[in-house]
Amino acid sequence: MGLTGLFLIMFLAVHCFLNSFIFFDKTGELFNVGAHFMATNWLIRAMEVVLMLGLLLHIYQGLRLVFMNKAARPEKYAYHNGQANSTWYSRSMGLLGTLLLIFLIVHLSDFWTTSRFTGIPTVDANGHEDLYAQMKESFSNIYLVILYVLAMVSLAYHLLHGFASAFQTLGWNHNKYTPIIKAFGFWYSILIPLIFAAMPVYIYLGL
Amino acid sequence: MSAFNSNIPEGDLTTKWTKYKSSVALVNPSNKRTLEVIVVGSGLAGASAAATLAEMGYKVKCFCFQDSPRRAHSIAAQGGINAAKNYQNDGDSTYRLFYDTIKGGDYRAREANVYRLAEVSANIIDQCVAQGVPLAREYGGLLDNRSFGGTQVQRTFYAAGQTGQQLLLGAYSALERQVGMGKVDMYTRHEMLEVVKIDGKARGIIARDLISGKLERHFGHAVVLATGGYGNVFYLSTNAMGSNVTAAWKANKQGAFFANPCYTQIHPTCIPVSGDHQSKLTLMSESLRNDGRIWVPKKKDDNRKPTDIPEDERDYYLERRYPAFGNLVPRDVASRAAKERCDAGYGVGLSKKAVYLDFTFNTERYGRIEANKLNIHNPDQATIMRLGRDVVKEKYGNLFDMYKQITGEDPYETPMRIYPAVHYTMGGLWVDYNLMTTVPGLYCAGEANFSDHGANRLGASALMQGLADGYFVLPYTIGAYLSKEISTKAIPTDHPAFAEAEAKVQAELERLINIKGTKSVDYFHKKLGLIMWDKCGMARNEVGLKEAIEEIKALRAEFWSNVRIPGELNEFNPELEKAARVADFMELGELMCMDALHRNESCGGHFREEYQTEEGEALRDDENYAYVAAWENKGNGTFELHKEELKFENIKIAQRSYK
Amino acid sequence: MNITLKVWRQKNQNVKGNLVDYKVSGISPDMSFLEMFDVLNEDLINKGEEPIVFDHDCREGICGMCSMFINGRPHGPKEGITTCQLHMRSFKDGDTIVVEPWRAKAFPVIKDLVVDRTAFDRVIAAGGFISVNTGNAQDANNLPIPKPQADAAFEAAACIGCGACVATCKNASAMLFVSAKVSQLALLPQGQPERYMRVQNMVAQMDAEGFGNCTNTGACEVECPKGISLENIARMNRDYLNAKFIKEEQFK
Repeated sequence: MGLTGLFLIMFLAVHCFLNSFIFFDKTGELFNVGAHFMATNWLIRAMEVVLMLGLLLHIYQGLRLVFMNKAARPEKYAYHNGQANSTWYSRSMGLLGTLLLIFLIVHLSDFWTTSRFTGIPTVDANGHEDLYAQMKESFSNIYLVILYVLAMVSLAYHLLHGFASAFQTLGWNHNKYTPIIKAFGFWYSILIPLIFAAMPVYIYLGL
Repeated sequence: MSAFNSNIPEGDLTTKWTKYKSSVALVNPSNKRTLEVIVVGSGLAGASAAATLAEMGYKVKCFCFQDSPRRAHSIAAQGGINAAKNYQNDGDSTYRLFYDTIKGGDYRAREANVYRLAEVSANIIDQCVAQGVPLAREYGGLLDNRSFGGTQVQRTFYAAGQTGQQLLLGAYSALERQVGMGKVDMYTRHEMLEVVKIDGKARGIIARDLISGKLERHFGHAVVLATGGYGNVFYLSTNAMGSNVTAAWKANKQGAFFANPCYTQIHPTCIPVSGDHQSKLTLMSESLRNDGRIWVPKKKDDNRKPTDIPEDERDYYLERRYPAFGNLVPRDVASRAAKERCDAGYGVGLSKKAVYLDFTFNTERYGRIEANKLNIHNPDQATIMRLGRDVVKEKYGNLFDMYKQITGEDPYETPMRIYPAVHYTMGGLWVDYNLMTTVPGLYCAGEANFSDHGANRLGASALMQGLADGYFVLPYTIGAYLSKEISTKAIPTDHPAFAEAEAKVQAELERLINIKGTKSVDYFHKKLGLIMWDKCGMARNEVGLKEAIEEIKALRAEFWSNVRIPGELNEFNPELEKAARVADFMELGELMCMDALHRNESCGGHFREEYQTEEGEALRDDENYAYVAAWENKGNGTFELHKEELKFENIKIAQRSYK
Repeated sequence: MNITLKVWRQKNQNVKGNLVDYKVSGISPDMSFLEMFDVLNEDLINKGEEPIVFDHDCREGICGMCSMFINGRPHGPKEGITTCQLHMRSFKDGDTIVVEPWRAKAFPVIKDLVVDRTAFDRVIAAGGFISVNTGNAQDANNLPIPKPQADAAFEAAACIGCGACVATCKNASAMLFVSAKVSQLALLPQGQPERYMRVQNMVAQMDAEGFGNCTNTGACEVECPKGISLENIARMNRDYLNAKFIKEEQFK
């Protein structure tokens, strides 16, 4: 769980970095260069397979945990005051994960399947597939924008617990470094989803 | 009647045990596998004995009434464990530990046993450290020591205020290791209710499965009782709620003599009683007396806040009366001194039954030392107290927190209020040098026996004795008995003796549950406790003891006609368990009073008001009472007294002085 | 004080239980929570009803026997204490208090508020020890142990095995309990020879008992009456992964 989680966390950084190209180039050409590179480089394509496997493994592990842990307490408490000793999101990783999964299905069918399988209809000035144009079109839909923003809120909470938790699970704790990891994890969990959420809003508002 | 012989080996005191060990009969490994030993109790003595016997190859069954062997009340011991290691280079030795223990026990313990205890004390520390018991250490990585009452050397090893817990968990781990290997069968939530004797020898027990309520028969070639003390006869004590005398008492009824029942230790530093609802008393470790100074106001009924009473209006009565030992006098002395001050009207707190234990002086002293270490010259008072407080916190943090939790007062700011409370019982089943009772094959270890502490136990000696018995003494001595039993086949539990014993237990339980009276078990227990505390407590006299005996008789009669036990026999029924225990306490209580009445002297924990010096110190009568009083149960509340003469060949018997 | 209690009553393992309301009056704020139950039980006995069965023994917070789930939290609303050390001054006059037993598949209810915690003993029996027979030991000071390490081992060893960690964990996981013992012994030089075998065996037994898995919510650390730290869980995870994936030896 921790290992796949950390792997996905790393992917988020890369994904976020490349996508943030949209903020720097109105024409979207820079973004398309990045997208083209990602789509054609053989190493990246290989990693993509690993990433998909990692995601599936993460989902499988998560679901397995949820069911095993439910079985460990067959009779529920009449009253369990969970908020007295832990955060709601640390107790709701399964729920947050499920929300993210629903989002991912929408997200991937929007962008990934088109770019990989059905093909992007247009090309930009440099002759690259115009993923940027497709993005603009998708994010003109207010409902989709709202879905994306909400999903990023879920992601933020998922990460707020998941980041430091992954280190704990792997036993990577240290009196000196754990506080740094925790602080870094906190900001990472806020900033990455914030940047992601800014993208559809940015495009929708046509800034 | 079986032999009443202490079986002390001949020879020089210092070589008795070594010689015994090298000449005692052994059992060969293949025979050990067929020999079964029952251990009742899983505290320090029981768990260590069960583990060690299993390591040696015997088949062991271990019983405890709690849900896990780790709950035994040894776990609550706070202060520490003594060992003659002389790590502090302060002149300690086996002989000095032996001497301190005999003297602390007011010359009422058996020399040979105590010397053996002092001898093996060092091995205990080695064994526990090897097991991973995290005893306190100094920065150099070596073990730390502190001093305890009644001694002038630092020989007490400790683990913060949780020494008993750590030692017990060590023994528990060793026991569970044997359980995991299938060499010990552990029976938790089982209570022993009878000893089964066949041809005069102990051959098993009847135990009740506390969950199903069913009685079970268990065979053993030998039976070890390590069932702890009987302080709960006073209802309010520092013992656990479940601590009881039942196993020892059943043994007494089967012919095992009960020795010195009146020797009760009243611990000087406990949190005072706050109201009638109180179900138990909490100890504040004796180690606090290392750094706390005990005082009362010089004026009677001084109602000022303790911090408002100036230094010269305080009476540090222990330092005044006992300049050599000061606040570190033995427990019996400290307890009586507190009672004396309170009875004289100098007590503090709402009840006026408390004295102050004040840490200000030493907090300040530590603060200065720390300031020096930090190179702070001319520190102000606030800095000193802050630094000192940190030191005190590290030493006693958990105890201070516990005190605050219970009383709602902060002991860092205001002195603790303390008062003596029943803590330990030196008396117990009489055992010989081999720890065997007067019933062949029935052994007794730890607090349940009487052997090593005489009339008063020194602090940090109970853990030492429990582990000495369990790890190092009993496993040897029981071999001597079992070596003669190798041809005895395991006796099937359908033997008539088992059936008879089970029927007897069944009948008694049925009788109890069918009384269906009007008063709860606790009602009787509280009444018994009050009688015992008032008349057989810290100070006793002839009139009071005689009254107590009559009162207990009457209470017992009422109990057997009017106790109400809800629920049924064959189910989990804690009220029934309590009732059976209280029934035994009531018989024991009477014997305690008889013993206290017959002993016309004051010694250690037994203080008879008629026998004291002009200064109010205990007045022993060595000519007439230098013996162990061993009581044989003749049935129907009658007892016959047997005397084991105590011979002091290596120590000059003297008036105990801590001045 | 007057208190309304909702207490779990269950005759035995084979029948269903339910919450029953009780009113207790004349409670002193200086009483402990268990003494309040003593008062209630005395009352029930006098009325000819069956008293409530609950586990308790030392009543000074060290034996680990008491185990009540009070208003949704193990050992009640205050932190760092056991039920026996909880005093009524922590409640208000007129409060309603819900009291339930620990709930976990590995801790079946025996009666009322009493559960079976022998699973913990079996986990310890699987490896929570150092294999040293009596008489094997060398002199205690032959092996100096740095104070910080000895102190850390002591802090882990302070666990009283009450099961509050399991009770509060949303997954009924016993990781805090198991890791405390694993850590204590892993921190000490005496524990090294069996270190990696121990962690595997104890974890295997823990799983076999039906405890859940750790998802690092940290609830156990908050509720632990002895302040056992989550660091112990990390240490156990590290040792476990080490034993499984890095060490070349086969441990069984």
